[in-house]
Amino acid sequence: MRFVLNGKRADVQAPPLKRLLDVLREDCGLAGTREGCGEGECGACTVLLDGAPVNSCLVPLAHVRGRKVTTIEGLRSRVPEALAREGGTQCGICTPGVVMAAAALGQKPNAARVREALAGNLCRCTGYAGIVRALAGSRAAPHPRVLSAGRRITGKRRA
Amino acid sequence: MATVLSRLALLQPRTLAEALRLLRDEGPLVPLAGCTDLYVGLHFGTVRQPRFLDLQGLRALGGIRLSGETLVIGALATYAELIASPLVRRRLPILAEASRWVGSPQIQNRGTLGGNVANASPAGDTLPVLAVAEATVVLRSADGERRIPFNGFYTGYRQTAMRPDELIVAIEVPPVEGRQWFRKVGTRAAQAISKVVMAAVRAPRPRIALGSVAPTVVRAARTEAVLAERATLAEAQAALMDEIQPIDDLRSTAAYRRRVSANLLAQFWNDTGRRGLLPECS
Repeated sequence: MRFVLNGKRADVQAPPLKRLLDVLREDCGLAGTREGCGEGECGACTVLLDGAPVNSCLVPLAHVRGRKVTTIEGLRSRVPEALAREGGTQCGICTPGVVMAAAALGQKPNAARVREALAGNLCRCTGYAGIVRALAGSRAAPHPRVLSAGRRITGKRRA
Repeated sequence: MATVLSRLALLQPRTLAEALRLLRDEGPLVPLAGCTDLYVGLHFGTVRQPRFLDLQGLRALGGIRLSGETLVIGALATYAELIASPLVRRRLPILAEASRWVGSPQIQNRGTLGGNVANASPAGDTLPVLAVAEATVVLRSADGERRIPFNGFYTGYRQTAMRPDELIVAIEVPPVEGRQWFRKVGTRAAQAISKVVMAAVRAPRPRIALGSVAPTVVRAARTEAVLAERATLAEAQAALMDEIQPIDDLRSTAAYRRRVSANLLAQFWNDTGRRGLLPECS
């Protein structure tokens, strides 16, 4: 099955109905996309399909043939820094999905727009206030307590 | 990791004609499009059919267009496409509004109108809209085309008038006269299955349809008649509470659904009246 993954050509041999989420994590070695609920409820597995956010747990591999898939590993975004600055991330399970869903927001969205765009992303830690603060309006003011960046996930496959 | 999904067969026709032939000759096959509902059941093992027919990419099932005065919505139109469509927003704005209340943006980018109709859930968010719009379901099989009025499409709980060899190709919506109104009541704004969902049209003969209050989406014909006869809102509310058949389930109770349905009727009537001339429901 051929598709474009994070800007590069990919060719994956896997069953056509295998979940894109599992293909990414197991066949492509990209573990940044998380599984939360497995039923399209939590948004942790959000990736972009031709630029639009989708739940990768509900996408069969067959449906990405010839299309562009973007995962957290392939996204250039300042959203992670903004989330860290504003206390918009804690345990981190939801964070890749939040970043991917936020990729569909335009420039300087207001809080209502942020809440609608992130309506499909559950976060059990932050209470959402920090997430909305990080994404709405100006992102210029740095929070005084900047979190140190965690270890980078390289995308190498583990045994 | 091999999951239940690894062992399932998927047929991928290139044209509608090929899809219909496969349905007739290779069935039983379960059609699959946005997968937003089917994949939940598949992953958790509650859907056990082994063979599927992929509709994604069949051009004959896509698109939103005007044919004369009829709005023709391809079965594969996604909620996101319905929300963005100027045609839908102009002619049937409550369909765009209902689509905004489906799941989440991630679901709206994948789920399809044809899927919502075929899935036949009494809680489908777009179904009351199609009921008040008096839409037509266009079905195709290898033998030809059939058109079924949407309001006669459901024959029972999760039962439709479709044959196993048929596909929904489009939903046709005639012009709707009058002010359109829609509201969904769920546990939260997003990702909720409705407790009650109502669509209505304010016209000399008002139209009212509700979801999640009966085994199928229903038109409230008696309530419509009461309103058309210029009875009081209280009389209309009593008629509505009497004619729906809600049940207690894990999302809500029958009593709550009756009360909320009556409240929604009052809100519809007040929102769409020239003046707020009728009393609020207590």
